[in-house]
Amino acid sequence: MNRDYLTCREMVELVTEYLEGVMPPRERVIFEAHLAVCPGCTAYFEQMKQTIRLLGKLPEDSIEPEARDTLLHAFRNWKRTTTGEELV
Amino acid sequence: MAESGQELAETGGTAQADEAQLIAALRAGDEAAFMALVERYHAALLRLALMYVPSRSVAEEVVQETWLAVLQGLARFEGRSSLKTWIFRILTNRAKTRGQREGRTIAFADLATAETSSGETSVDSDQFWPPDHPEWPNIWVSYSRSWGDMPEERLISRETNERIHAAIAALPPLQREVITLRDIEGWSSEEVCNILVITETNQRVLLHRARAKVRRELDQYLNMDRSDI
Repeated sequence: MNRDYLTCREMVELVTEYLEGVMPPRERVIFEAHLAVCPGCTAYFEQMKQTIRLLGKLPEDSIEPEARDTLLHAFRNWKRTTTGEELV
Repeated sequence: MAESGQELAETGGTAQADEAQLIAALRAGDEAAFMALVERYHAALLRLALMYVPSRSVAEEVVQETWLAVLQGLARFEGRSSLKTWIFRILTNRAKTRGQREGRTIAFADLATAETSSGETSVDSDQFWPPDHPEWPNIWVSYSRSWGDMPEERLISRETNERIHAAIAALPPLQREVITLRDIEGWSSEEVCNILVITETNQRVLLHRARAKVRRELDQYLNMDRSDI
């Protein structure tokens, strides 16, 4: 990037790159300078951070009891076999 | 007492020690250790398998086979990758093979190209003044309202969660998988790139597009009843 500024239209596409910490240092300075003076981009940036935070609070999917029982059974079988082999 | 460098080293060492301990427990036939692992990864394995195979019942079979392969392979597991990466790699290899046999081949690289190349934007184009606007080119027409003043109960309410889930369900498959792994399940970008076999740049673009759509959905929902104030 040769320019020393970013437009708001560009800013919204760069939020994840910024948050991932992979933005080149010069662009990072420009990004932060824009954020410091632009209420529109600040609101967008804050909403993106809130979105990530709320996603992190969602419960993860859990295993269904039936599948759990099947695997428990499989594990006990496996254990019996391995222990059996060791004893031989 | 310990110096900070030492503490850091100890923290890094602890994660490794935990993993070594877990592997030892599994090899020793510790049922609780195995079931904890199943609880932790089963749902993610199933979701991931569904990306490769045509039906849920086939995906369930693939995940079952994966766990059996994990048990059988434990003795030979050398720890060159993390246990997690190893388990998920067994899954994707099996799911891929099974998907091919069922006549379904999906190249994630192609999917990634498709889902990152279209000219979609994070924010609707009409939210900004046009590029040739004499005074405010590419600048916001109006600002989004912050959610910062909203009570936390509203932000984490069941209704809000349902909106988030609906927004995720509506995403293209790879965007959906990346945001789920990264933001809900807390995987690192490296782990996601490894398992999905996509480049770091593609992973980031997929993640950004997914986040942008969830944000838009949340903003419409959270700000809908106060837009005309």
